[in-house]
Amino acid sequence: MSEHVSSVKSYVAVFAALMVLTAATVFVANFDLGWANDVVALGIALTKAMLVLVFFMHLKHSPRATVLTAVAGFCWLAILIVMTLNDYSTRGDLQILGK
Amino acid sequence: MASTLTDSHAHVSAHVPAHVPGDPQHHRSLQHHFETLEQQKDASTLGMWLFLVTEIMFFGGLFTTYVVYRSKWPLAFMEASHSLSWKLGAFNTAVLIVSSLTMALAIWAAQVNRRKMQVGFLMLTMVLGLTFLGVKAVEYQDKFEHHHVPGPHFEWHEPLPEGVTSNQVEVFFSIYFIMTGLHAVHMICGIAVLGVLAFYAWKGRYDSTYYNPLECTGLYWHFVDIVWIFLFPLLYLLGAHVH
Repeated sequence: MSEHVSSVKSYVAVFAALMVLTAATVFVANFDLGWANDVVALGIALTKAMLVLVFFMHLKHSPRATVLTAVAGFCWLAILIVMTLNDYSTRGDLQILGK
Repeated sequence: MASTLTDSHAHVSAHVPAHVPGDPQHHRSLQHHFETLEQQKDASTLGMWLFLVTEIMFFGGLFTTYVVYRSKWPLAFMEASHSLSWKLGAFNTAVLIVSSLTMALAIWAAQVNRRKMQVGFLMLTMVLGLTFLGVKAVEYQDKFEHHHVPGPHFEWHEPLPEGVTSNQVEVFFSIYFIMTGLHAVHMICGIAVLGVLAFYAWKGRYDSTYYNPLECTGLYWHFVDIVWIFLFPLLYLLGAHVH
């Protein structure tokens, strides 16, 4: 499994996709789409990150324990951000005096 | 107890030659506590990933800070972001993506036993990393000259929308300098490690049978690239459509 050798062609293809997506994110930023600007920017960034993780970081051909570790790391990051926002965005909602 | 261990070790080594050329079970880079080279490689990539998980949380705390303050002062972040050069940011993004390609190709060169090519790609990756840092230095210098660095000398002379204060803009720059600064420190560490790897690669230590240090450093380098992939749109592109 870890003996897998990816071809130069596949690396160059991933590289080309990353460059195109970078150009796309710069292009889209010039238009005022409101909240959709963030959705598009993060969508493109996530796609780029996935390409790097799967192909450059060889997760495609890694043992399952390694893939699980990587996925777990990003899940904890999601928990950190979602739970923190859950707190900050609802502060004051209960109108408790002295808070 | 210690003597028992020494004795048993001596017993084993008396029967098994220390190095049999061409035998993967007795490869010079195989540590004695691993059964096979593949097991050793899986263990080191798993260990590297555990370290990267701590790195995800390290940068994650800063990304969370960004999200909290930006949701609080979206207009201030737009104005501040607009003062950064998106062209330099985009250039640096491209530089890092190319460096990720050259890093992947350095590992490929080891896998196909091309020693000089391996050294060449490692050196190229270092040069691209240094290019990134050079552009970053130019950007930082510009921020210092315009007094956009947070602290007692912070000044903001651009007109701000209703309800936006220069303190809020200053918070953006605090986050900008901490995040890009921490990212740059990671780049410097990566370049130093690449230098050591290039030296050993030149000596011929890595080939298709053993290239774990290249693989682990590659994981680190690509991770630092991913951090920048998120930093670029979040820091540089917020204000592209405001003016």
